[in-house]
Amino acid sequence: MTTEVVKEVHLRDSSLPDNELHAVLARTWATPRGLIGWLSVVDHKVVGIRYFITAMVFLAAAGLLAVAMRLQLARPENGVLGPDLYDQVFTMHGTTMMFLFGVPVMEAFMVYLVPLMVGTRNIAFPRLNSFSYYMYLVGGVMLWIAFAFNTGADAGWFSYVPLAGPEYAPGKRVDFWAQMVTFTEIAALSVAIEIIATIFKQRAPGMRLDRIPLFVWAALVTSFVIVFGMPSVMVSSTMLILDRLVSTQFFNPAEGGDALLWQHLFWFFGHPEVYIIFLPATGFISAIIPTFARRPMFGYLPLVLALIATGFLSFGLWVHHMFAAGIPALGSSFFTASSMMIAIPTGVQIFCWIATLWLGRPVFATPLLFTIAFIVTFVIGGLTGVMVASVPIDLQVHDTYFVVAHFHYVLVGGAVFPLIAAIYYWFPKATGRMMSERLGRWNFWLAFIGFNAAFFPMHILGLNGMPRRIYTYPLESGWGSMNFFVSASAVVLAASFVILAWNIIYSIRKGEPAGPNPWNAGTLEWTTTSPPQDYNFARIPVVGASDPLWTAGGLAEAHGLKVESRELVVTTTAEAQPDLRESSPVPSIWPFLAAVTASATLIGSIFTPWAVVWGAVPVGVTLIGWFWPKSVPEDEE
Amino acid sequence: MRIKLLAVGFLALATAGCERLPKSLDSAGRGAEMIADLFWFFTAVSAIIWIGVVAALIAALFRRRDRTSERNAEETDRAAHDRAARVVVTAVGATVVTLLALTAASYFTDRGLVNLTGDNALTIDVSARQWWWAAEYASSDPSQRVTTANELHIPVGTPVNLKLSSADVIHSFWVPELTGKQDLVPGRQNVLRLIATRPGVYRGQCAEFCGLQHAHMAIIVVAEAPKDFEAWRQRQLAPAVEPATDEARRGREVFLQKPCVMCHKISGTPAGSRAGPDLTHVASRRGLAANTLPFTRGSLAAWIADPQSVKPGSKMPLTQLTADELNAVVAYLEGLQ
Amino acid sequence: MKGDLDLSKLQTHGFGPRTTMFWGTLAFITLEGTAFALAIGTYLYLMSINPQWPLGAPPPGLLPGSIITFVMLASVVPNHFLKNWAREENLPLVRAGLVLMSMLGIFILVIRGFEFPQLKVSWDTNAYGSILWFLLGLHTVHLLTDVADTIVLTALMFTRHATGKRFSDTEDNGVYWDFVVLSWMPIYVLLYWVPRW
Repeated sequence: MTTEVVKEVHLRDSSLPDNELHAVLARTWATPRGLIGWLSVVDHKVVGIRYFITAMVFLAAAGLLAVAMRLQLARPENGVLGPDLYDQVFTMHGTTMMFLFGVPVMEAFMVYLVPLMVGTRNIAFPRLNSFSYYMYLVGGVMLWIAFAFNTGADAGWFSYVPLAGPEYAPGKRVDFWAQMVTFTEIAALSVAIEIIATIFKQRAPGMRLDRIPLFVWAALVTSFVIVFGMPSVMVSSTMLILDRLVSTQFFNPAEGGDALLWQHLFWFFGHPEVYIIFLPATGFISAIIPTFARRPMFGYLPLVLALIATGFLSFGLWVHHMFAAGIPALGSSFFTASSMMIAIPTGVQIFCWIATLWLGRPVFATPLLFTIAFIVTFVIGGLTGVMVASVPIDLQVHDTYFVVAHFHYVLVGGAVFPLIAAIYYWFPKATGRMMSERLGRWNFWLAFIGFNAAFFPMHILGLNGMPRRIYTYPLESGWGSMNFFVSASAVVLAASFVILAWNIIYSIRKGEPAGPNPWNAGTLEWTTTSPPQDYNFARIPVVGASDPLWTAGGLAEAHGLKVESRELVVTTTAEAQPDLRESSPVPSIWPFLAAVTASATLIGSIFTPWAVVWGAVPVGVTLIGWFWPKSVPEDEE
Repeated sequence: MRIKLLAVGFLALATAGCERLPKSLDSAGRGAEMIADLFWFFTAVSAIIWIGVVAALIAALFRRRDRTSERNAEETDRAAHDRAARVVVTAVGATVVTLLALTAASYFTDRGLVNLTGDNALTIDVSARQWWWAAEYASSDPSQRVTTANELHIPVGTPVNLKLSSADVIHSFWVPELTGKQDLVPGRQNVLRLIATRPGVYRGQCAEFCGLQHAHMAIIVVAEAPKDFEAWRQRQLAPAVEPATDEARRGREVFLQKPCVMCHKISGTPAGSRAGPDLTHVASRRGLAANTLPFTRGSLAAWIADPQSVKPGSKMPLTQLTADELNAVVAYLEGLQ
Repeated sequence: MKGDLDLSKLQTHGFGPRTTMFWGTLAFITLEGTAFALAIGTYLYLMSINPQWPLGAPPPGLLPGSIITFVMLASVVPNHFLKNWAREENLPLVRAGLVLMSMLGIFILVIRGFEFPQLKVSWDTNAYGSILWFLLGLHTVHLLTDVADTIVLTALMFTRHATGKRFSDTEDNGVYWDFVVLSWMPIYVLLYWVPRW
């Protein structure tokens, strides 16, 4: 006679009616309240919104720095900012925009949207997600507190040596910069790992590789670019700190080091970095255009291949930042060719987008307006990019306002305009309210006109001899009137951001209520409530087509997951067949504690190398606490 | 009406100062010429591409859309789809061909730049420091080496090889009317080749951020007819002009007694330091403090009296001088043609 | 709206590429591997721009580095078995294997600890010293974190937490050890042998 072992019976979503199901899931997936609860959050949507708000605050701060610079440059030999302050301002502007806004804001959208778009309940490694946000926040705040104490980084956002080295940059300014890089790289690498694992393993059953939304593809490629690109700046910034703190000689030519070594290592990261910012922006456009053309995207496969090609090629361009540094001509020519080549997959994307609009029936809402702004503006930036890819042309315009114009055209045109489109597009999903279309139109016109008026003349200024990073210029240069025009136009651009901020703040309270799918879009995030419940989906969706909401028979549901503990389904990598049930971590204070110990160690090491040794112990303790399993068994049947 | 005025005002402001071409397109050097030609080619191609893309976008958004009945919607859909596919493929093909053409054009110009040299090339060693340019005209005979600072003279039509090095951080030598730029990197020697095609005075600025006074590190290149250049060279090789007045003589005494000699050389006197610009023929130059100020009596006085107020952070310290001493030194230096 | 797809019979833990943790580990290995590749690239770059190499010092002594290399290569064998035992969820053998791997790791770390002071050039002497210490240091940090991880896992296997998911973690930990060994091989050749050629 066999003894029957009594197994605990788990409540599953198959056996519950919908309203009870919602109640139980809401309890299971709730974020606890209070301060401890707030610090213990593991919900990807909450973390995503934190990333977004923090990134937008940094955008505003860096934008104010830009206004300060334009005030100083509005007239020749002006006295608004002296050289020391100006050098800190332009460095903080670039550093904040690239490290504290550009990448984190894209991370915000990836973290928020990817789990919803692939049909799962939480991101993979949710505690790591939470930890990554704290690290980003500390790194950014640390840098700005240093700036407030006149210890702001002042050697440019790419911090060339020897100027940034121990001999010519005394004090701690550059050290804070270098360590901020460590914080933000840890955050970005963490997010990349989570996104890759989520996309590979947590897609809804039936979401084969050829049914993945294009934004998710963009997030996947971006994450790989982060994984291969960011270690380079980690290595180089660590070497810089070591040179400054413990007298290593990596960049000192007198002792066998090389100043150009820094440039190679930095730009090997630096070029992929701009694609880390740009690729998710193309993902936004690929999500928005089908909705506002009211038809599926034309050229899904070419677009996916274009994303992958762009990500891959982005690693072969870096020397184009060094054409004037003394690189042999033959080597430089290779990088001209590769830098031109990357325009091909980008062209593929643009042509497919326009084709989709042509074949569709456009709806001229604000997301589409900013998409139009993006195409018109970004193409200019891309074309000046082709120009600077040419070594001879670059030898004239490198390190001048021509390049400043180029990269603002591709970053503002190519990333910020899509970002604003994305804000208008997904704001209703995240908040349950629509943004004002009237303010949206003001936003669009002021931004489009203000940006082009402010930055187009910079091409001419650069051609006319005005270098970058100068705190003033002589009257005789003849650059005065154009600079004045640029500064005046910058005010218009700044006003457009004020309107955006106002629209966001106003609409959170007073915007028109939005249902689950106000745009009648086709991807999975539009099936949830607006805002989504903590658990995202009451039952895991089963997908039978791309754009499942637009395809009859495209959407069904699976059942059988536990509801009293956090459970989600893991599927096979290519075909998305259901494979395992994994438990998703519950809220935990350990990520916060680990961030505290890690931050203390990293900040301490700005001042003494021993911080790394002493800090290793508390870091180890918090990591062990994090990974130590809870008493509740994680994986009973 | 007010909007119209505003727009016109904007445009006027934007195009002010447009009487001449931007410097890098207003070529006075063979290198700049070649690059400018390439640039115009790229601009023309880019303009065509941009107009094409924007036109396609506008057409896509605003074209007339027929109402087709549900029945043959799918067929026209597929036909339209195939047409779009053909257009996109053609566009991608055109992109590839265009990029190849641009790459080839760029490559040929690049080769042209490299070949901007000749057997009779004039070699000048340029060494950049924070925040000025030291220059020495190379020669196998040491007595034929001109040493100067912040202003170069070159003969028109002769290939010039600038050997570039740096004594501290990375700088960049850039005179847009003559040719492209090249960095001066500590630990390396780079070469910049140029040939001036017409006489003139050409101003350039350091183009790699190099610290506090990066904005005030200008270089002047004077291109002149070969015989004028030779005359200049001979004057530069001569020792310092003897002071002509009592005040100027007194000035030389002050110069030799004060810390000035710690940094500045004046050949024909005991002052021999190369830490700062060579002042032997300082009055022959057009500018002062790396061309931050014009060379005038007033500027000279202001600069010597308090360098930090002209160029805060510059390496020239404040020297305590009485008014008489200042006037004397200025008189002396003014005479050093 | 319930469909036909029933997920309730799916297993709750798996091994290897079926799990999210495997892919997370793999992504982490990739980024660490990239960092190593770049450090190696830096070494080769500095070597190529200096007329003489090593700079001002002989290459590191062969003995400690070779001992470590030998022990690491040998450790691949028990590591392989441990990964299999983890798959089979064989607790006694997994415990034994983890204890052995912990001890091997500690032994390697001890040798490495002796190696640093024996290096004939300091990190601040010249760029050669700097990159030598950097590469060795980078690898040592990886050794430290993996050995710490292994020890914690060993401890866990002796508690009530020694259940399904822990076996999957053990296998992943073994995969990471493979990476630590693999990444050492080119560094060993580069640091100890290339300067001698």
